[in-house]
Amino acid sequence: MNAPTLIADQGRTLGQNHPDSPLAISGLTVSYGEKPVLFSVDFVVPKGAMVAIVGPNGAGKSTLIKAALGIVPRIAGEVTVFGVPYEKARHRIAYVPQRASVDWDFPATVRDVVLMGLYREIGFLRFAGRRHREKALACLERVGMAAFADRQIGQLSGGQQQRVFLARALAQEADLYVMDEPFAGVDAATERAIIAVLKELNRAGKTIVCVHHDLATVPEYFDHVLLVNVRKIADGPVATTFTSQNLQATYGGRLAAAHVEEVAVVREAAGEGR
Amino acid sequence: MGADFVVLSLVPIAIGILVSVSCALLGNFLVLRRQSLIGDAVSHVVLPGIVGAFVLTGTVAAGAMLLGAGIAAVVAVLIIEVVRRVGRVEPGAAMGVVFTTLFAAGVLLLEQSDTSTVHLDVEHALYGNLESLIWLAGGAGWPALLDAEALAALPPQLPRLALVTLAVVVFLLVFWKELVIGTFDATFAESIGARPGLVGFALIVMVAVAAVAAFDAVGSIIVIAMFICPPAAARLMTDRLVPQLAWSVLFAVVSAVAGYVLAGYGPLWLGASYSVSAAGMIATVSGLILALACLAGPRRFGSRTAARRRARQSQSSMSNSLQV
Repeated sequence: MNAPTLIADQGRTLGQNHPDSPLAISGLTVSYGEKPVLFSVDFVVPKGAMVAIVGPNGAGKSTLIKAALGIVPRIAGEVTVFGVPYEKARHRIAYVPQRASVDWDFPATVRDVVLMGLYREIGFLRFAGRRHREKALACLERVGMAAFADRQIGQLSGGQQQRVFLARALAQEADLYVMDEPFAGVDAATERAIIAVLKELNRAGKTIVCVHHDLATVPEYFDHVLLVNVRKIADGPVATTFTSQNLQATYGGRLAAAHVEEVAVVREAAGEGR
Repeated sequence: MGADFVVLSLVPIAIGILVSVSCALLGNFLVLRRQSLIGDAVSHVVLPGIVGAFVLTGTVAAGAMLLGAGIAAVVAVLIIEVVRRVGRVEPGAAMGVVFTTLFAAGVLLLEQSDTSTVHLDVEHALYGNLESLIWLAGGAGWPALLDAEALAALPPQLPRLALVTLAVVVFLLVFWKELVIGTFDATFAESIGARPGLVGFALIVMVAVAAVAAFDAVGSIIVIAMFICPPAAARLMTDRLVPQLAWSVLFAVVSAVAGYVLAGYGPLWLGASYSVSAAGMIATVSGLILALACLAGPRRFGSRTAARRRARQSQSSMSNSLQV
């Protein structure tokens, strides 16, 4: 993209326009080859929101959060975290990658993995002390995994591994939690445990952003949604944005019309319940 | 074990141990990162590096050789990265292509250049000259270890390799957290600012340093074996990283000592009148240790699947007890 996308309206920078937003993205464009994976996405996460990023496979959902956190390079666009570049706000962000992105045969215990979340707290040239190990255990307690602290991570089920990742994010004591498919391939008990912890964090004023694949649970779990398919289709409160029309625009032919209706019904039912 | 041992065997054994330990320590991370071949690649491209240095400078001085080898190692790592990205092939294939091509180029260069007057040939490159690193000033036996004059006459490879081993230990201690996090979960490491790309490159540079320093004394056979065999065997002994490093060091030391002794005396015990290459025997012993670990190590294939099955069973009971 060209220079004007780097400067937001009225000559002010993105950070000045959204000093309180936990994550503000402007003109984000990412490309792995010649074809862009994401094209000029603008998205401002409101403080204290619980956001689902939704879209078909290959829509660039994971890439969106990786590019926002500087994990993959962007070819254009600006990102601020709490009004400043993410490099200056790393201590306020906890990122949870997809569970399948790591080798769970790695020689580490559950506690070792959670201690990785204390990397910045422990500091350069220092090793984890007793205080850090106790803190890691407390985080495992919150996700119901304390009894597994000394287990090798390869011995865990998929759901248990996902909880360990969540415990590592809790150890980071962040203000913004960015999670890539936290509910993918987990058992029902784990899904309930994870959403309970996320809602608790959200009540404590933390902002949550999840790449999410299960359309049926979007209205129940989240209050804000970003629909993306290379470009942004729509974003806003679930109640007004998560409509069958927007879903159809996001998924195109890939989502059967019947499925859209079904999700919409779920949405209305959830809306009545509140 | 008197003066003869100190003169003839002490230094080769010490050098064998230092090379084996420094390579094995780094090898743990190469094995976990599925980059074991990097050690192989780097130790092969040392050959064109030193031949190139000889052609340019006309000497076989240690400084020029080490510099040439070091430059070649870094250049090879960069070429591997280019081949991987441009050719869109898996890293193993890129390494295989680059190091065989560069090694072959080194052999051609060696044959074309006038190296007949100096001790520089392919056998030397592969097997080194461990047995020739004798300590003539150690004729007084063990007391020579306290004699400053005798110590000054030690083969220069020994202090050089001691320094490299120390550097490897310091590197691992200083960047321990970054290495562990970056190896296990590079995307997370990037998100917390643990610089996994930079630390990964530093690891490869340390591998090149260890390989180049070892090359002159022991050749590339030991180096290649030690980057892979002790760590891979250690991986089969434990599920924890620190114990794994400890096992790899133990296996490296056992390989070096047993390999040297077997090469020197093994054939005599069998009635033969010659000895065999110490470097070759050390590498062979490390391979035998790996084979034993595969057959009898606690984490060998069959036991791993059994452990997983047990874990899956206990998991269902845990899910039920969880309060949500």
